[in-house]
Amino acid sequence: MMQHLIVFPVIVPLVAGILLLYQRQGLIRYKRIVSILATLLTLAAATGLVSVAVQGDIVYYALGDWQPPFGIVLVLDRLSALMLLVTALLAVGAVVYACAGDDEKGSNFHGLFQWQLLGINGAFLTGDLFNLFVFFEVLLLASYALLLHGGGKARIQASVHYVVLNLAGSSLFLIAVGILYGATGTLNMADMAQRLASLPAERQGLVSAGALMLLVVFGLKAAIMPLYFWLPRAYAAAPAPVAALFAIMTKVGIYAILRVYTLLFSDSTGALFALEQPWVWWLALATLAVAGAGVIAARDLRLLVAYLVLISVGTLLAGVGIRTPAAISALLYYLIHTTLITGGLFLLADMIGQQRGKAGTRIVKGRPMVQGAGLALLFFIGAIAVIGMPPLSGAIGKALVLNAAQGTQRLWLWPLLLLASLASLIALSRAGSTMFWRSHLGSPSGSVLPRRQWFGVAWLLSAAPLLVALAGPISEYTQATADQLANPQRLIDTLLPAAEEAS
Amino acid sequence: METLYAITTGVLTACGLYLTLRGRTFPVVVGLTLTSYAVNLFLFSMGGLTTDGAAIVHGDGNYADPLPQALVLTAIVIGFAMTAFVVILAMRARSEAGNDHVDGKKEDRE
Repeated sequence: MMQHLIVFPVIVPLVAGILLLYQRQGLIRYKRIVSILATLLTLAAATGLVSVAVQGDIVYYALGDWQPPFGIVLVLDRLSALMLLVTALLAVGAVVYACAGDDEKGSNFHGLFQWQLLGINGAFLTGDLFNLFVFFEVLLLASYALLLHGGGKARIQASVHYVVLNLAGSSLFLIAVGILYGATGTLNMADMAQRLASLPAERQGLVSAGALMLLVVFGLKAAIMPLYFWLPRAYAAAPAPVAALFAIMTKVGIYAILRVYTLLFSDSTGALFALEQPWVWWLALATLAVAGAGVIAARDLRLLVAYLVLISVGTLLAGVGIRTPAAISALLYYLIHTTLITGGLFLLADMIGQQRGKAGTRIVKGRPMVQGAGLALLFFIGAIAVIGMPPLSGAIGKALVLNAAQGTQRLWLWPLLLLASLASLIALSRAGSTMFWRSHLGSPSGSVLPRRQWFGVAWLLSAAPLLVALAGPISEYTQATADQLANPQRLIDTLLPAAEEAS
Repeated sequence: METLYAITTGVLTACGLYLTLRGRTFPVVVGLTLTSYAVNLFLFSMGGLTTDGAAIVHGDGNYADPLPQALVLTAIVIGFAMTAFVVILAMRARSEAGNDHVDGKKEDRE
C-alpha cells in the first residue's frame, strides 16, 4: 500500500473525473460529494507523501515495473511533495467554494476540475521530460474548458488568446524536447542529467538552444515578463473557483524551471552550468516592474488580484534567478504563502462582486453591502498578507527573498520588490476604501452569501496566520528541500543505481 | 534525403508561423495545424533518419529508433484534440462577438 501511495495523487482525480462524467448536468448533489471526497483523498495522499519525503529519501515509482531509464517513472522528493500538498490545500478551498452554486453554471465542472488536478499533480511527480509535456497538456486541456465554464463574451475572448498562445507553446515544447532527445538520446531527466555531464563539445550549442526554448515554454506558463500578456485577462475573466485553482498554474511553470534546470544543468555540466540564470534574473526584475505598474492601473478588483499574481511570479523568479540554496528555500516559503492567499483573494473578490449588484468588482462607488463587515475583515487580512506587511506570512516570505539577494543583486531587487509592494499597498487600500467606505447612501440590498463560500475563503486565508505560527518547521523543510535540489546527484543515484556501480 | 526533409519542415514551420500571426481566427487555426505538422516531422527526425530499418530489434543492428514514433503518435493525438477544440472555440467566438477577429473587434478591411 505505502509504496503505491505515490501514484494516488494521479489516480484519484483520474478515477473521480471519469465517474463525474456520468450525465452532463443533474445529480449535482452526488457529484459534489464525489468531488469533495476525491479532493480530500488527494489531500490525505499528499499529506502522506510529505511525511515520506520529510525523511529525506527520494522515492520513485516505476509504472508497469519498467525500470528507469526505459520506463515511465514518478519521482517523489521534498519539492514535489510540497507542491502536491499546496495544490491539494488550494483545491479543497476552491471546490467547496464552487459547491455554493458556481458548478451549476455550466456542464461537467467537477469532472474537469478533477482532471485539472490530475494534470497538475502529474506534472509535479513525473521524472520524464516527455511526460511533463503530456501532463502539461492534460492540465491545459482541462483549464481551457474550465476557463469557458459559464460562457460569456469576455471569457470566450480571453480563451481564444489563452488557447492559441498555449498551443504555440506546446509546439515549442515538443521541438525543445526533440532537440534534447536528439542530443542526449534519452528523455528520463535523471539519465539526461548524467549524459549531459559527458556531452561532446559539438553538441553543446544544440543543447543550450533546446534548454532555452524550454525556458520560453515554462516562462509562458509562469507568465514571465514578455510572455505574461494572456494572464490578467484570462484570470480576471475566469469563474472564481477556477481563477483560484489557476493560482497554482503559474507555479507549475516555476516548478518546472526549478526542476529541469537544477537537475539537468547542475555544476557537473561545465559550460552549460546555470545557462538560464541571467535570463531568469533580469526578466524576473522586469516582471516585477511591469506588475507593479499594472496593480496601480487596474480598475477592477479581479484584474488587480491578477496583477498581484504577476508580482508574486516576479518575486519567485527572482529567487530562481539568484539560484543559491538560501534563495530557493526563501522562494518556496513565499510560494506556499502566495498560492493560497491569491487563491483566497480571487474567491473573495467574487463574493464582494456578488454583493455589490451592478458595480460588481469594478473599483467604483457602489451600494452598501449586506455583509460588508465580514467581507471587509477578510479583505483586510488578505490584503495585509499579500502586500507583505507584518504580522502575516507575506512579510516573512518577502523578507526571506530580500535577504537571499547578495551584493549587487540587492541593488536591483530591493528597490523593485519594495516598490512593487508599495504599489500593491496603494492599490489595495484604494480598492478597499472605495468599496467598503465610500458606498452610496441607502439601505443595503442583495442576498446573504452561502456558508460554503465563506468556508472556501476562510480556509485559504487562514494560511496567512498559520504560516507565521508554523514558520519554523516550514522553513526547516524548505531549507532541506533547497539542499536536496542543490545536490541532484542523489536523485540520479536513486533512479539509476546501476550507473553508480559502473562508475 | 536529409536536405529535402529539412526544407519541408522549415517551409511548413514558416507558413504555420505566418498564418498564426494573422488577425482572423481561421488562418490562425490553419497556422497552428501546419505548425503541429512541422513539429511532428521534426520529432520524427530527432532520433536520426534511417532507411530500410526494421520496425523492431531483430538480431543484428539496423533498426529504426522506436521512441520518436511513439512520441509522434502521442503528439498527433493531442494535436487532433486541440485542433477540434480550437475550431469550436473559434466558432463560438464568432457567434458571440459577431466577427472573426482574434481580438473580437471590428477592424478595417485587410
